Amino acid sequence: MSDCHASGSVQAPVAEYETHGRRLVALIGPPNSGKSTLFNQLTGLRQKVANYPGVTVERHVGQAILDHHKKVDLLDLPGVYSLNPRSEDERVTHDVLAGKMPDLPRPDAVLLILDSTNLGRNLALVAPILTLGLPVMVVLNMADDLRGRGGSVDTQTLSAEIGVPVSLISASQGEGIDQVRDFLQEKLAPARRVELPVLQDVPQCRKWAAQVAESAHYRSPAPPQVTRKIDHYLLHPVFGPIILLVILAGIWWAIFAGAAPAMDAVDELISSSGDWIRERMSDGILRSLLIDGIWSGVGSVVIFLPQILLLTLFIGILEDTGYMARAALLADRLLAKVGLQGKAVIPMVSALACAIPAVMSTRAIESKRDRLATIFVAPFMVCSARLPVYTLLIAAFVPGAAWKQAMVLLGLYVLGAVMAFLTAWVLKSSVLKSDPVPFVLEMPPYRWPNVQSLGLRMIDRGRVFLRRAGTVILGVSVLLWVLASLPLKDGESPEIAESYAGAIGHAIEPAIEPLGFNWKIGVGLITSLAAREVIVGTLGTIYGIEGAEEEGEGNDSLRDTLKKDLTPGGAAALVVFFAFAMQCFSTIAVVRRETGGWKWPAIQFLYMLALAYGCGFLANRIFS
Amino acid sequence: MNFSSARVLVDLKPSETGVLETIDLPSDFAERLMQLGFLPGTSIEAGPAAPGGDPRVYRVDGSEIALRRETAIHLILR
Repeated sequence: MSDCHASGSVQAPVAEYETHGRRLVALIGPPNSGKSTLFNQLTGLRQKVANYPGVTVERHVGQAILDHHKKVDLLDLPGVYSLNPRSEDERVTHDVLAGKMPDLPRPDAVLLILDSTNLGRNLALVAPILTLGLPVMVVLNMADDLRGRGGSVDTQTLSAEIGVPVSLISASQGEGIDQVRDFLQEKLAPARRVELPVLQDVPQCRKWAAQVAESAHYRSPAPPQVTRKIDHYLLHPVFGPIILLVILAGIWWAIFAGAAPAMDAVDELISSSGDWIRERMSDGILRSLLIDGIWSGVGSVVIFLPQILLLTLFIGILEDTGYMARAALLADRLLAKVGLQGKAVIPMVSALACAIPAVMSTRAIESKRDRLATIFVAPFMVCSARLPVYTLLIAAFVPGAAWKQAMVLLGLYVLGAVMAFLTAWVLKSSVLKSDPVPFVLEMPPYRWPNVQSLGLRMIDRGRVFLRRAGTVILGVSVLLWVLASLPLKDGESPEIAESYAGAIGHAIEPAIEPLGFNWKIGVGLITSLAAREVIVGTLGTIYGIEGAEEEGEGNDSLRDTLKKDLTPGGAAALVVFFAFAMQCFSTIAVVRRETGGWKWPAIQFLYMLALAYGCGFLANRIFS
Repeated sequence: MNFSSARVLVDLKPSETGVLETIDLPSDFAERLMQLGFLPGTSIEAGPAAPGGDPRVYRVDGSEIALRRETAIHLILR
């Protein structure tokens, strides 16, 4: 470009190479502009996810490989409507672009991705970006949609008007990506100075954007008729909620039962490979550490992967098609009653299967406070790990017809949900009072999901879970193994009663005695910190019953033994304790990862423990 | 101006259109809504809603934005 700058001497020379000699280019754009689809197209699997220091916003950095193996680092910034640092996302975006983000150099250039079907609004974001003084390329996305609905824009005139290169692309179709790649590797030129509106004055910015669009011969596309027809059914006063319920039930079923074969396969793989190692090692403490500690620790992490991948896939489809916004709209009224919002509907339903994918799925909630509240209350929902414990105790202490036992189980589901909503209400009317922004929900037109984006999203979430949560869970598994297998007696692991875990069980007996628990339950409470269902196996071991984890005889005799050893009050207290306590280290690790620190998981753990203890105490009193 | 008698966004029936006069909310809130297209002088069409009519989708400036009733009562129409 020859007419590229007005006053060359004023402009500082552009830093061509910064990070390890590579150029860093930031991708920025409003939500629903297809920014992440373009990011995925450019980087593929060469992506890394981390959190910005001290905030819950994720930092996505990827590498684009261009001609002659030239590499460029791309930074996918959160979707924002403006650069005024009001929300956490906007503050992060603002700080990164201003070069104020610690341990991240100021980007060398900016790719501004806009939705070409709504330029009047989207172009308003051009003004604050141009004031940054960085080289900019404006990418008008959704070209196929624009054409399909009879809209058009003259990119050359637009480029002349705003002084930066402009390209019209369709990221999901792979159309026009080459123009973007060319920009990434060409010599960067700072934006030519053009007259800009006062940024603080929103109406003036919008007016400026409308004028720019008009001079670029922008013809707005026709309203999305297909979307309106679909919405006629999906937002129908009667069918809408029914369809939503069917979809939610389907997702719940898929995580609950659909993932089971894959989880069984993973379990089988872990245990058979463990056996394979076991056969090739001599008996001893090292073998026990390797197989019962590390290997089963790895297993306890990997086993959640099928659920996480499945839920990620479903949420990806819901988000990319645009249905997520409709689901949130339909559920909003109900969830607003306890201070949550519509988008919490997916996490809350997923938590009925497992809190781990549920917590990870709260990412769809833009409001940080709403998101924290949802993460905080999701573990109260009855997850599949509680079922073995509930089933055992109900079978032992609720005699009689199956329907009575079923009613008790249903009651426990209600108990969990009520406590979740009660906690949400308390949180949202105190420490997590709503953000200083009104609730707005944009309804994007329906679109076909992009298979590549869905696949990358699944890989991304799977990696994040394995790496971030996995390390913590593995460490805790080994620690629990140490507690249950040491101190050594004659070079061998002791009976569990004489292990450190047993000692702790005895030590905490006075503390749990008011709940009607003895030291054996105490040991079970400690081992079930790793995962709730572990208590069944532990109690089986302590009571000296073989095969307690399996259905059938072993379980029957454990039931009878428990019935003799535990009072009805103690049993009720145990059920209540399991309903409320956060005995799942995997969830704690995921909450730490999603909230960016130990503060929230610590508060959550202590709150749930206090609630479990208090209500367990009451239950013991009432049922004794 | 007497806001209590003024027509507000929630008074629009589905498919009915009104022109926005002003947003009676703190400037932070108002700015966010203006960024989304709720600018004074813009015409807004009421769209479908969740059961019970809250939140409701509003068609404004080429996009469809859902607002809760608690917000929409503060958008005053001409």
